[in-house]
Amino acid sequence: MLISTILTILIIFGALQALAGGLVYVERKICAFMQNRIGPNRVGPVGLLQILADGLKFIMKEEFVPHYADKSVFIIAPAIGLVCAMLCFAVVPFGATDNPADADYITHYQFIIAKNVDIGILFIFAVSSLTVYGIILGGWASNNKYSLIGGLRSSAQIISYEIPLGLSILGVVLMTGSLNLERIIWKQASGGILEWNIWFQPLAFLLFMISSFAECNRLPFDLPETEQELVGGYHTEYNGMKLAFFFLGEYTHMVTSCFLMVILFFGGWHFPFIAEADMWWGLKLIVFVAKMALFIVFYMLVRWTIPRFRFDQLMSLAWKVLIPMTLLNLVAVMFVKEYGITPWVLLPVSLGILVGAGLIASQPESKESPLAA
Amino acid sequence: MPIAESEVRWVKAPTLGLLDRLYIPAIIEGLGTTIKHIFQPPVTQQFPEERPDLPANYRGLHRLNRDTEGRVKCVACYMCSTACPAHCIDIVAAPAPAEWKDREKYPEMFVIDELRCIYCGMCEQACPCDAIELTSMFDLTGLTREEMMFDKEKLLSVFDQTAGTEKDPIRTKAGALSCASEPAK
Repeated sequence: MLISTILTILIIFGALQALAGGLVYVERKICAFMQNRIGPNRVGPVGLLQILADGLKFIMKEEFVPHYADKSVFIIAPAIGLVCAMLCFAVVPFGATDNPADADYITHYQFIIAKNVDIGILFIFAVSSLTVYGIILGGWASNNKYSLIGGLRSSAQIISYEIPLGLSILGVVLMTGSLNLERIIWKQASGGILEWNIWFQPLAFLLFMISSFAECNRLPFDLPETEQELVGGYHTEYNGMKLAFFFLGEYTHMVTSCFLMVILFFGGWHFPFIAEADMWWGLKLIVFVAKMALFIVFYMLVRWTIPRFRFDQLMSLAWKVLIPMTLLNLVAVMFVKEYGITPWVLLPVSLGILVGAGLIASQPESKESPLAA
Repeated sequence: MPIAESEVRWVKAPTLGLLDRLYIPAIIEGLGTTIKHIFQPPVTQQFPEERPDLPANYRGLHRLNRDTEGRVKCVACYMCSTACPAHCIDIVAAPAPAEWKDREKYPEMFVIDELRCIYCGMCEQACPCDAIELTSMFDLTGLTREEMMFDKEKLLSVFDQTAGTEKDPIRTKAGALSCASEPAK
């Protein structure tokens, strides 16, 4: 048991780093295709060895620390970012998991590092919000105004978006009755495709996705590292492996949040006729990773589609739009659970909340309003 | 004079309707645009392997044309160096050899500083006997400044390399002032 867990940890650790390298390549390629370019194609066949070349470059670079920087914090910051991002992955199932209620659940091998953690989602949110320390300490230790502004923006952004992120999944948690990610998967998988949470919580999914874009500092919410206004934001002064750590952390965060979206809303490893509960684990693994990969591609499509928000727009989106909507959604789920109504009611209710928010926003502002000026 | 009120047209930002305010249709439309571009062929030109298809009037490196007998066509009239806005052409004239019956002078020295040149093509326009022309060669490099001072021999060798090619045909025929670069057909 211990050995299998250690092996899983090692494999996941290696796979995540390789995946991050691969994602950089995929991102550059997708970006290039969208701009009618070819993208990296010089190193190896269709530029595939670019991943290795980039990695080698990061390792070979001189480890430079600016003399005005706070040395110890400067070095610790990227490590905090990476460790927190990696730590999140401990409770994320990435392949086939059985019914957690079974007696032999613990003794069987499950595709997760820490099995049956009953506070699963809570753990992920607790640890993933610690990554902001890496960013803000990095910005602070750089002793550079741009970096500091980047770090501060990041802290404000992550604190704001933690709330809709956490509130949006509360509906799913209420419906499942557990914070345990394997249980959430099992409930959806055992019920078939019509039990996937996306049918009952489409609005929550939308809000969760928007918030996780912000949590991962991805465009359109990449204000902490806006190249145009803040040079590079919190990692302006970083180079070599320390910069690579920041990137690794960011991409790991992205992978985790894509896995979470699949787990919470799209049935985890379940797919009708291809990966049902009693089928071979390999299929489940493939289905799971494929779903996750689809979300990652979607992340990248969005990155090159939507322009960046202004900071006040970012804040008002979180506080004035996302949080009220998540609260309304939560109230709707509470009603359904309390009065035993069929959860299918939640589908039109979600749509109604969204359209209602749009209706409120599209009202012409009255001339007396102080905001109109 | 201030702008008259009647000439000012006040424009208001269009008000966003319900669909615009939901943002989702707009985002889907944007995603559609970017996805459409993924399937379009790339416009990239792989430069060192693929050479650009330059138009015939491209203004690149200069050449000094030869006449039918292989002599330099230039008559050292200084028109090009006078016209040159960058003052990059340096000519020293000398009396033409006695056996050159058709002209009085020829350039003893003809140097163009290719680093100073702005490739405007005014020398080409100024030349009364079409002796200087711009070719479509654009990727000239050098390790020193001296290397980029192209003298008469070098400019004539550019003529030998480019004359008659598809991109840089000899454009001049015999005129009142000088002979042609190619024998008449």
